[in-house]
Amino acid sequence: MRHILSILIENEAGALSRVTGLFSARGYNIDSLTVQTTEDPTLSRMTIVTHGSDEVIEQITKQLNKLIEVVKVIDLNESDHIERELMLIKVRATGKDREEMKRMADIFRGRIIDVTEKTYTIELTGPGEKLDAFIKALDSTVILETVRTGASGIGRGERILKI
Amino acid sequence: MEISGSEILVRCLQEEGVEFVFGYPGGAVLEIYDAIFRQTAFKHVLVRHEQAAVHAADAYSRSSDKVGVALVTSGPGATNALTGIATAYMDSIPLVVISGQVGTSAIGLDAFQEVDMVGCSRPIVKHNFLVKDVRDLAETIKKAFYIAATGRPGPVVIDIPKDVSIHKTEYKYPESVAIRSYSPPTKGHPGQIKKAVQLIAEGKRPFLYVGGGAVQGRAGKEVTELANILGIPVTNTLMGLGALDGTHPHFVGMLGMHGTYEANLAMQYCDVLIAVGARFDDRVISVPNHFLSNPKKIIHIDVDPSSIAKRVKVDIPIVGDVKHVLTDMIAQLRESGLRPNPSALEAWWKQVNEWRKPDSLLYTPSTEVIKPQHVIQTLWNVTNGEAIVTSDVGQHQMWAAQYYKFRRPKQWINSGGLGTMGFGLPAAMGAQLANPDAQVACVTGEGSIQMNIQELSTCKQYHTPVKVLSLNNRYLGMVRQWQEFFYGTRYSESYMDALPDFVKVAEAYGHVGFKVENPADVEPVLKEAFGPSLKERLVFIDFRTDQTENVFPMVQNGRGLNQMDLPPHMAGMQQAPFENNRDYGNLS
Ligand SMILES: Cc1ncc(C[n+]2csc(CCOP(=O)(O)OP(=O)(O)O)c2C)c(N)n1
Repeated sequence: MRHILSILIENEAGALSRVTGLFSARGYNIDSLTVQTTEDPTLSRMTIVTHGSDEVIEQITKQLNKLIEVVKVIDLNESDHIERELMLIKVRATGKDREEMKRMADIFRGRIIDVTEKTYTIELTGPGEKLDAFIKALDSTVILETVRTGASGIGRGERILKI
Repeated sequence: MEISGSEILVRCLQEEGVEFVFGYPGGAVLEIYDAIFRQTAFKHVLVRHEQAAVHAADAYSRSSDKVGVALVTSGPGATNALTGIATAYMDSIPLVVISGQVGTSAIGLDAFQEVDMVGCSRPIVKHNFLVKDVRDLAETIKKAFYIAATGRPGPVVIDIPKDVSIHKTEYKYPESVAIRSYSPPTKGHPGQIKKAVQLIAEGKRPFLYVGGGAVQGRAGKEVTELANILGIPVTNTLMGLGALDGTHPHFVGMLGMHGTYEANLAMQYCDVLIAVGARFDDRVISVPNHFLSNPKKIIHIDVDPSSIAKRVKVDIPIVGDVKHVLTDMIAQLRESGLRPNPSALEAWWKQVNEWRKPDSLLYTPSTEVIKPQHVIQTLWNVTNGEAIVTSDVGQHQMWAAQYYKFRRPKQWINSGGLGTMGFGLPAAMGAQLANPDAQVACVTGEGSIQMNIQELSTCKQYHTPVKVLSLNNRYLGMVRQWQEFFYGTRYSESYMDALPDFVKVAEAYGHVGFKVENPADVEPVLKEAFGPSLKERLVFIDFRTDQTENVFPMVQNGRGLNQMDLPPHMAGMQQAPFENNRDYGNLS
């Protein structure tokens, strides 16, 4: 099953490679990973999307907790949470396609953030499936380039990951 | 007053009460060596290979209650240390390994003797540090010792760039450490312990399975007390040997791949298993499916939560320091008076004793050729079971584990997790330095000893009078055994051709050497080696042993613990273990 792990980690050189090294050394999968410092500059927040059986996820969590720099790990799957991913997608936009692209972007609540004579670059955020859906909705020949971040996740309501 | 990084390091080591630093100099650590020269608080032991420095520091720790310390230079010195670090990591041994690094301004530029030590060692350390600023040095060292020795112990590397060892700053050793992201568990959850006690009392076939965690966690006394109170059979793993005295009546021998018949069957057919500081290693339970085929309830006590439920499902996990948890468990047992049902326990013992009867460690003695098992038994007799025994890796290791009945924790020192050939001699050296008055024996093979034989030189320099017992079967014996069992006796590269004359080698290094070929000479030679006349000397004994002897029992890879290959005198007993299974019923 797909899981989304949220990790608070000391903002220290090498901490990220400890986490990724752990995944590769123990044969776990990373589907996506995002990381950035938090409002507290000594801490980073990492979101890792992974998949595996309950036992595997339990081991991953335990192994992560074992890393000295890891302050806290939670599995966002365990309760309601919100996920967002950002995609920048550059599409060919010429002739009557140009109108069409604009409409598609609107439908998906994307924003056109760069325009040239022949292209649009659209910014789109949302859960991964929504971004997938957008790509599917387009004629694949018009897609010139896509860039996606991994997912970022946060618990709903009162649920907070903090030290 | 401001002092240099090197002086800070030396002072910190003093504050940590370090007695010995095992190491080897080089360009990146010359400043540190200069500071060592100018102090007297600890001794530096100059090994002949960095791998040996780490093994020696490791065994120094394993045979005492201290953190071992090794010091190596950058690049090749650091990479030579990696095997030693991995060995300590696999067996959870507290070590601080200090490596030199090229100057901070040269890092990343492929400078002479540069290697990314933090990167290289990352997967085989509990933690590591690169110190980029001399002002962080003292605190880092304090943290390193703290991390190495607490929780599940392990090696910690501190990589120190050359300029950091030169730069000066005000010295202040922190009195305590607080790492917000690191809080090793101590006490176990009382509720869980209560549940465990309840479950043990309901058990009809309880079994205590004790691993290296009990040895590292200094819980030998508590293990013995628990065994006595409950009156149940006990096994030690290879790493746990000595946690319960090997001559204790409840002890049924080591279990696992080369475990005894009775230990393996008890493990397979028990109904309540109490695992203490043991991790259900593949060499212990083989494959989980077979192991769990007879339903049992498992209580697992370990300081490391990630060891729990890693290979098998656990019914009652108890995370905590083994010593603390067992103390609480014993107190609860005393208070509640709960005990396993006596009649069920009696029936269980009857069965276990039935399994014990054929003596799966019986071997065929000989007056013609030296049997390796006989050497170990004689060693036990000659040393009254009191020696600290280190071993290398192979058949000799298993025979040492099977036939030397270890009496106390920290008496048996071997590379269980990584299985590192070349461990034995440097380990013996480290153990002897930690225990100057103890008898230290290194049980090795002619293959293994040659992996770090140069340490005979270090032993000479520092007067470590260890006794090296080489069970020389002219084969990489364990490899030969597998080739015999699984590869149609095609002995591919397992024959040790062109062996040196070990007596001359020993003598060349300034030691005493014996070659023994006749079984009748085994005892007299050992008595002489351990006797007063050679007390101060390193003695190397080259025992020419039976070339064809194999280690039994053996659980082949992928098989169940009840499917052992047994010694010839037990042929045919293979799978008929548990006749009264139904009478006992299952625990649900
Ligand atoms: C560094 C290293 N290389 C290879 C091995 C694989 N190995 C395990 S046992 C063994 C044979 C050891 O031979 P020897 O030391 O003569 O002991 P014996 O088995 O004959 O008692 C080998 C090669 C190992 N454990 N460690």
